[in-house]
Amino acid sequence: MPSLKDLKNRIASVKATQKITKAMKMVAAAKLRRAQEAAEAARPYSQRMAAVLANIAQAVGADDAAPRLMTGTGRNDTHLLIVCTAERGLCGGFNSQIARHARDHVRKLLAEGKTVKIICVGKKGFDILRREFASLIIDRVDLREVRKIGFENADRIGHKVIELFERGEFDVCTLFYSEFKSVISQIPTAQQLIPASAGPVAAETESNSAIYEYEPDAAAILSDLIPRNISVQIFRALLENVAGEMGAKMSAMDNATRNAGEMINKLTLNYNRQRQAQITKELIEIISGAEAL
Amino acid sequence: MADSFNFELVSPERLLLSAQVTEVVIPATEGEMTVMANHAPTMTTVKPGVVTVKMADGKSERFAVFGGFADILPTGCTLLAESAVHVDELDPSVLENRIAVVRAELEGAGDEKKTRLEQFIAELTKLGEIVIPA
Repeated sequence: MPSLKDLKNRIASVKATQKITKAMKMVAAAKLRRAQEAAEAARPYSQRMAAVLANIAQAVGADDAAPRLMTGTGRNDTHLLIVCTAERGLCGGFNSQIARHARDHVRKLLAEGKTVKIICVGKKGFDILRREFASLIIDRVDLREVRKIGFENADRIGHKVIELFERGEFDVCTLFYSEFKSVISQIPTAQQLIPASAGPVAAETESNSAIYEYEPDAAAILSDLIPRNISVQIFRALLENVAGEMGAKMSAMDNATRNAGEMINKLTLNYNRQRQAQITKELIEIISGAEAL
Repeated sequence: MADSFNFELVSPERLLLSAQVTEVVIPATEGEMTVMANHAPTMTTVKPGVVTVKMADGKSERFAVFGGFADILPTGCTLLAESAVHVDELDPSVLENRIAVVRAELEGAGDEKKTRLEQFIAELTKLGEIVIPA
């Protein structure tokens, strides 16, 4: 049975923890709003990009002129996985969800006898995947120093990926990130980057496929466009990730704050009960002492 | 008065401008082009340079863009810029940084790439001359 003093200390420490989690929740909420705004601001670009890309892809068709980034190498042996996670923990299952999704994928590919290479973006995903697939990780990108993710960060990763592709280091590239559905729901998603899959988008934009003039020719534009599109997709994934991370952190910290509140209530009840018991005990001692006289 | 059409300038980070305009001058890779309403559908890549926009209300705005491409339809025009800033907000040091980065890349680049990069530097320098009053 803890003494009154122990209980008091315990309550004080839980209260301090609660204050911290509450502050973290507040910070996450503020960051979430900014991240959401950034993600929304970036949306028009990627949407238009997809529309334009589908349009040109249609014009070029399955021509030989289509760049290899679009058609792929024709093989399906080596897979590159870009796993985007957060830099910091304390955001519930956010990081482990993405990592699990990626891990299942890796296991499946390995079982099929394919070669797998991994690029980790973000520290947490690296920490988790390192345990099992340390030998498969060829690179990691640290965004810890980056306060606000700019297009340059994504562009750098994009260039790296394209460089690897041109050296023939992989055939298929898949991007893993968490899609931001709402504050409480983030869905780990896998998206194929190379060869580019413009299938569903093409159908949507078919209606406004005007006859374009291309300047320079369509193939040249396409070969300029696709590398850019890869950077844009990575950029979008990073932004969605930041929003998702903040959402997950907010709800995780909200839960923690609530749990701390419950714990404080329980401990306080316990404390009061013991205090009362002690008073009663002392009174009984005094009364029985007086009666004995 | 000339017909107006909808012009959108979008960078990966945000939508910079979406407005009714009468005239847009785009630095396309094959030479500058002026887009007005009812332009034939065209798609073109854009080199670094200044985009001049004439608004429907007669005001004129200038933006510095660093590459990208434009999607022109009779009803509107979308310019997807790799990076874009309003000319008034352009920081000369940013431009210099960019040039320095490309210069560094120039070292040890292949012949074909070298010509491309040199062209890129020339374009950036020209952009700097236009934008920054001497």
